[in-house]
Amino acid sequence: MELLNALVALANYVVIPAVAYGSQLALGALGVTLVYGILRFSNFAHGDTMAFGTTIAIFFTWAFQGLGVTLGPLPTALLALPLGIAGCALFVLGTDKVIYRFYRRQRAAPVILVIVSMGVMFVMNGVVRFMIGVDDQNFADGARFVIDARSFRDATGLDEPLVLRLPTLITLVTAAIAVALLFWFLNRTRTGKSMRAFSDNEDLALLSGINPERVVMVTWIIVAALATTAGVLYGLEKSFKPFVYFQLLLPIFASAIVGGLGNPVGAVVGGFVIAFSEVGITYAWKKVLEYLAPTEALEPSGLVQLLSTDYKFAVSFAILILVLLFRPTGLFKGQSV
Amino acid sequence: MIRVENLHKHFGGFHAVDGASLEIRAGTITGLIGPNGAGKTTLFNVIAGRLSPTSGRVTMAGEDITGLPPHALFGKGLLRTFQIAHEFGSMSVRENLMMVPPGQAGETLWNAWFARSRIAREEEALLRKADEVLDFLTISHLKDEKAGNLSGGQKKLLELGRTMMVDARIVFLDEVGAGVNRTLLNTIGDAIVRLNRERGYTFCVIEHDMDFIKRLCDPVIVMAEGRVLAEGSADQIMADERVIEAYLGTGLKNKDAAAGATA
Repeated sequence: MELLNALVALANYVVIPAVAYGSQLALGALGVTLVYGILRFSNFAHGDTMAFGTTIAIFFTWAFQGLGVTLGPLPTALLALPLGIAGCALFVLGTDKVIYRFYRRQRAAPVILVIVSMGVMFVMNGVVRFMIGVDDQNFADGARFVIDARSFRDATGLDEPLVLRLPTLITLVTAAIAVALLFWFLNRTRTGKSMRAFSDNEDLALLSGINPERVVMVTWIIVAALATTAGVLYGLEKSFKPFVYFQLLLPIFASAIVGGLGNPVGAVVGGFVIAFSEVGITYAWKKVLEYLAPTEALEPSGLVQLLSTDYKFAVSFAILILVLLFRPTGLFKGQSV
Repeated sequence: MIRVENLHKHFGGFHAVDGASLEIRAGTITGLIGPNGAGKTTLFNVIAGRLSPTSGRVTMAGEDITGLPPHALFGKGLLRTFQIAHEFGSMSVRENLMMVPPGQAGETLWNAWFARSRIAREEEALLRKADEVLDFLTISHLKDEKAGNLSGGQKKLLELGRTMMVDARIVFLDEVGAGVNRTLLNTIGDAIVRLNRERGYTFCVIEHDMDFIKRLCDPVIVMAEGRVLAEGSADQIMADERVIEAYLGTGLKNKDAAAGATA
């Protein structure tokens, strides 16, 4: 019984939140890694691309809610997601046409493109705040729980509750579908293979029947789709606030780099590594340990929390530095940074 | 087929190609030789659209192709291979070949999802063609190997195979023989000759191995210091005073001194 309670507490406070957060990071990191692998620069504007796509999706969600169009128990935001993706893709393609293409034609060094993307980041940052403001926005609706605390306790008779919120479940399912589609696309379709070819060897790709402008365009569209999906899921599961999305840039980059920049499998694994570290290190383990301790004397008196949650970004940062020091190509051989 | 007129390519103060003019006639296997730093690879890069020239003109069958991007030239049947073989390392040999033909239906985002059967038919045809090419090059057994795991010589064969996936008109080969063992070099040489005779490919070959040049190429063009020094048959070239000078340097005209320097 004690052990079961410990496991439930662990699942409730560590595993479920970390898996949800990990899927959101994985989707974000996939976007970063695709831009790095194919367009060959670190896209600092990615966090704000997520915020932009989410903003569009929120506007459409509100519009649908106003019109009374809903998905029943599912959040209306899922209906607005494709429209958010379309809006974000148009914006990102526009950015590429106006800004990045110029530098591509100049064959600018990657470091210049990084700085350019920072400029884009500031502009997008402003655009998003101008559109939706700086405050928290609530756009989640539909059913809230799949499993709620009371019914779980009644059903199992355990002391510890297990809560599974619907947005969390949706995050997991949507992220799994998105990742499966992306991998199918990259490995099985001509377009996806062109993208991989471009990432493998740009010179050769240019000298084959691959149209580089098309590869770039498709890449941006996919990146917009991933970013918007990640953003909407994060917003549904937690809340939407532009500044938070900007801050997400750090754990997202940490995920992509831990897994190996340019390597999609690495981005997914990296997302979960970062999420589990962040949640595990900032979680107060007192409760779980109390259940596990055989005698009362061994029970911890403190919270057994390694770091306060205020420092959660320090975790990604520390992992990032360790990886760069000891394994710069990441867990799965990506390009070194 | 290809005419290069007074081509210059300068990198800052360094004149890599310094007023080169030459012609590659249709149906020939033209050799391009010259000491290191003569500007051969730069010339290739300019013709193949990887670098844009500082000045000068390149025409292909009378049409001005100066400064066109590589994929546009590819569309016109102008292909090249690299000094250090390039490949898509994470894909199989067969996939590498199937990547080559341009304008495939699967290229657009829409078709990738909604025209599956059309793509499937197309891939089927490409697969057959790729297998034919691998047969021709005698490397069928490697078709499912990751291209990144091939040996240097096998990669060169794969590069040659790539040119066979489309109807090439002219192929520029940059040091096909570099780092390749004799047996494989002969295979590559045979393939080049057969492509030239049976399919009418025009080749322009950069090579350092004089035996290889002698066997395949006529005419041979010699470059030195960014310009064309001489042109003629392999035997003529090898007897040419200026060519020997370019290779051994002007200070070594004296045969004894040359012998001393190489000893």
